[in-house]
Amino acid sequence: MTTDSLLPIAAVLIPAGGAVLVALTTERRRNLRDAWSTIAAVALLAVMLLLLSDALDGQAARTTLLEISPGIDIALRADAAGMVFGLLASALWVVSGIYAVGYMRGEREQKQTRFFAAFALSISATVGVALAENLLTFILFYELLSLFTYPLVAHRETDEAIVAGRKYLAYTLSGGLLLIGAAAWLHVLGIDATFQPGGFLDGTTLDGAAQWGLFALLAGGVGVKAAVMPLHSWLPSAMVAPTPVSALLHAVAVVKAGVFGMVRVVAFAFGPALLLDMGAWTVLAGLSAATVLIASMLALRHDNLKRRLAYSTISHLSYIVLGAALLGPIALTGALLHMVGHGVTKITLFFAAGAIHVRTHKENVSQLDGIGRQMPITMGAFALASLSMAGIPPFVLFTSKVYLGWGAAEVGQQLFLLLYVASGVLSAAYLFPIVVRAFARSSTDHARYGEADMRMVVPIALTGIFALVWGIAPDLPLGFFELAESVAGDVFPAPVAAAGDTP
Amino acid sequence: MVIPVVTRTRSGVAFSLALGGSALSTAASAWALAEVLANGSIRYDLGGWAPPVGIQYVVDEVSAFVALVVTSVATLVIAGTRRWAEREAGARAGPFYALVMLLLAGLGGMVVTADLFNLFVFLEISSLAAYTLVFLGGRAGMLAGFRYLVLGSIGGAFYLLGVGFLYFSTGTLNMEETATILAASPSSRSVQAGAVFIFVGLGLKMALVPLHLWLPDAYTHAPSSVNSLLAPIMTKVGAYAMVRMFLSVFPDGYLKDEALVADGLLVLGLVGIVFGSVAAIRQSDIRRMLAYSSIGQLGLIAVGIGLATPLGLVAALLHVMNHAVMKGTLFLAAASVRLSTGLSSVNGLTGLGRAMPLTMACFTLGALSMVGIPPMAGFFSKWWAAQAGVESGQWVVVAVVLGSSLLTAVYVFIVLERVYLRPALPAEGHEASEETGVPVDETGDAPDASDEGVPAHVRGASESPVDVVLPLAVLALATVVLGVANSFIVTHVLEPGVR
Repeated sequence: MTTDSLLPIAAVLIPAGGAVLVALTTERRRNLRDAWSTIAAVALLAVMLLLLSDALDGQAARTTLLEISPGIDIALRADAAGMVFGLLASALWVVSGIYAVGYMRGEREQKQTRFFAAFALSISATVGVALAENLLTFILFYELLSLFTYPLVAHRETDEAIVAGRKYLAYTLSGGLLLIGAAAWLHVLGIDATFQPGGFLDGTTLDGAAQWGLFALLAGGVGVKAAVMPLHSWLPSAMVAPTPVSALLHAVAVVKAGVFGMVRVVAFAFGPALLLDMGAWTVLAGLSAATVLIASMLALRHDNLKRRLAYSTISHLSYIVLGAALLGPIALTGALLHMVGHGVTKITLFFAAGAIHVRTHKENVSQLDGIGRQMPITMGAFALASLSMAGIPPFVLFTSKVYLGWGAAEVGQQLFLLLYVASGVLSAAYLFPIVVRAFARSSTDHARYGEADMRMVVPIALTGIFALVWGIAPDLPLGFFELAESVAGDVFPAPVAAAGDTP
Repeated sequence: MVIPVVTRTRSGVAFSLALGGSALSTAASAWALAEVLANGSIRYDLGGWAPPVGIQYVVDEVSAFVALVVTSVATLVIAGTRRWAEREAGARAGPFYALVMLLLAGLGGMVVTADLFNLFVFLEISSLAAYTLVFLGGRAGMLAGFRYLVLGSIGGAFYLLGVGFLYFSTGTLNMEETATILAASPSSRSVQAGAVFIFVGLGLKMALVPLHLWLPDAYTHAPSSVNSLLAPIMTKVGAYAMVRMFLSVFPDGYLKDEALVADGLLVLGLVGIVFGSVAAIRQSDIRRMLAYSSIGQLGLIAVGIGLATPLGLVAALLHVMNHAVMKGTLFLAAASVRLSTGLSSVNGLTGLGRAMPLTMACFTLGALSMVGIPPMAGFFSKWWAAQAGVESGQWVVVAVVLGSSLLTAVYVFIVLERVYLRPALPAEGHEASEETGVPVDETGDAPDASDEGVPAHVRGASESPVDVVLPLAVLALATVVLGVANSFIVTHVLEPGVR
């Protein structure tokens, strides 16, 4: 059931409007400018909360704009899956917007107006990706997201940043092209590419080779942003961006747009039954499982804190892809929860890394001895998030990992259950030493650093706490668990207990 | 009934009359399009002589559409390049605008005529006007114009030869009659040869690779008031003439099955897309970059025509419009930059994002549309071309059309990086180290010796006056509006037109 409403389009337009206001406000009135982005963030969250109750009732609100190609509308629909992603992005925008103000001023970054405007536009595109009802609308926002985040990656305007920007565009635009190819193909075949729980393809319209081709285009297209190996290498390079960008966009919005796209492709385009029939899930599961392990190991080798976190992100994104690829209701619930949990956890880690950089200009793990005593709140939150990343109860990533592992067992893939456990150990191995250094060792240099600006410390503490709170009560207050379960319920209608009989 | 499109304003009175004339013909085209959509094609027999004897003009959806595109873009460009025309033509503004009007009259005539020989006449009228306009670009312009003249005349001769062959076989020059006779009679070698000659001739006019050699020099060295006018519309009308051959002259499938013209177009178009885009990457002069980019974009039009399906023709015609608007935007923006800074090198754009925010915003819109970012016009060119490719099972077409977005992105972002990301005023010596410091992927923005020295001028750069920026902004916004409106244009104008 859907109801017509203006709220979905409002959710897309509010950040865009915020961006316009930001762009029109000069650097001289920067307090007003930064107020605009915060106001837009709060307004967006309010709209998303209004949409939430409808989504939970199964009455997804829907806006149809104009016919963009014969028979295809630009349409937004706030269904449960979209709400998981949209709520996550908008809730975290509030905190990271405040954090970004502290960070950008602390670092005395140039061209802050452009930064905040592009930031808000990126959020607008992210919400569009989340709420897109059909493939073409999804592509529209997916491409805009690539475009709007480009100036953020290249923000520092150094040669390194510009090269990273080029790489970023080359990867993400290529991904978009694969999707466009797929959409054109579907359109010519006369298939209505509107996302539906259980998929809009049913295996009768296409022959085997065409199915695989389409799957390669769609999964490849979203796989770029989901950083599934071997399509991941833009992400570590993009860490040259200012930390709020790494935190919100490259840990939450952009990469999650890819992962979310994968969920759409698997559960709402092909559907579990068809993928199981094709056997395509094995390819996806194999690649993502390999990514989980390889990226974790690569994370161990990096001394640069943000790079280590980037590889950790790659690894955890593939947890989610794998969860979707397992084609079971419990694994899918786990995947969506992991999306939320990883978002709030990883953003804490990046926030902390940024705060450390603002205060000390240190960016390598080996320089962080004793930092925990000087910045106790920041590093305390970092420690909480590390525990969550390792999947220690009762943190949020423990909860999601229980579902993922349980889901793997449910479809008879105990091997992947083992993988989840093993990679938890690896996560601990690349994060715990940082915490230990920070608190147990004494500082090597004699400078005394205090906590960063309050605008940074409060968001850090807040997200760190929510990494714990959502572990205990994932529904508090945004209803993520309920949403995730409702998605799984829609995609896997009760009688067909789905993929239980995989070989 | 009066032919609405051909506005024969040949007065020596300058700018305002020219602008008024082209605005009037825009209005006439718009009215004609509305009329055609409401009541079907408009026919007019010249001098009252019925078709086999006299010359007939026909305005259907396609010709009205192309006429509207050509006249409206021309109007905006004429409005936006007034300062250039004053500077470049000086006291000869009268003859200059007379030539511009002659060019438009020739192009308008090509669009509405239903007679093969009459098409040649208008083709030559517009071409002669274009050669002369290119001559205005100083010494280099003379050379480029002469080259254009020689090659263009050869193209015209090929076309005429082809028409001659057809005339021997059919005994008529009227397009519809030709089509009827060809459909009834068995295919012959002379008709096939005629078809090939016609397409070689038109291919030269639309700068189809490898017949593009005249284009880069002509666009680079022509005066700014001229290249902004030629680039968006000149080659498009050549493309239109090709579409017309498919729609009205040769029977369905003839060019594909009998003469292999379609396949030739397809292959050359694909080569053109890749060649033009790659060559554009290597250019250090912005006008030259845009010229090579045009060759690539015309390749896309050729591919659409070469697919020889209704969907392919729709894609080609849509791109005729989209490319006219996008290239008009880009050339006009380049002219605006040159007006303010005197520079036309890519390096000369460094840091202009601050100094000329409006011009550069328009340039960015046009450029992003070329890359094919939805929902801008350029995206839908690719969208329809990709669909046409899928429908015909031509996967190579789909891959090249979509892949060319990336090539476009490479040269577009080379420029945008300079505009927005590079520091505004690098010291002279700094520039070199910066060049080598960037591990340029395949982009190779090699420092060019002919580069005009750079940023000292940029310092004084300021936004162009409103009479330059306003037409530019209208064109730039059109890239967005036409993108969003593409569904309407395709279903209401193009699809009925190609059936």
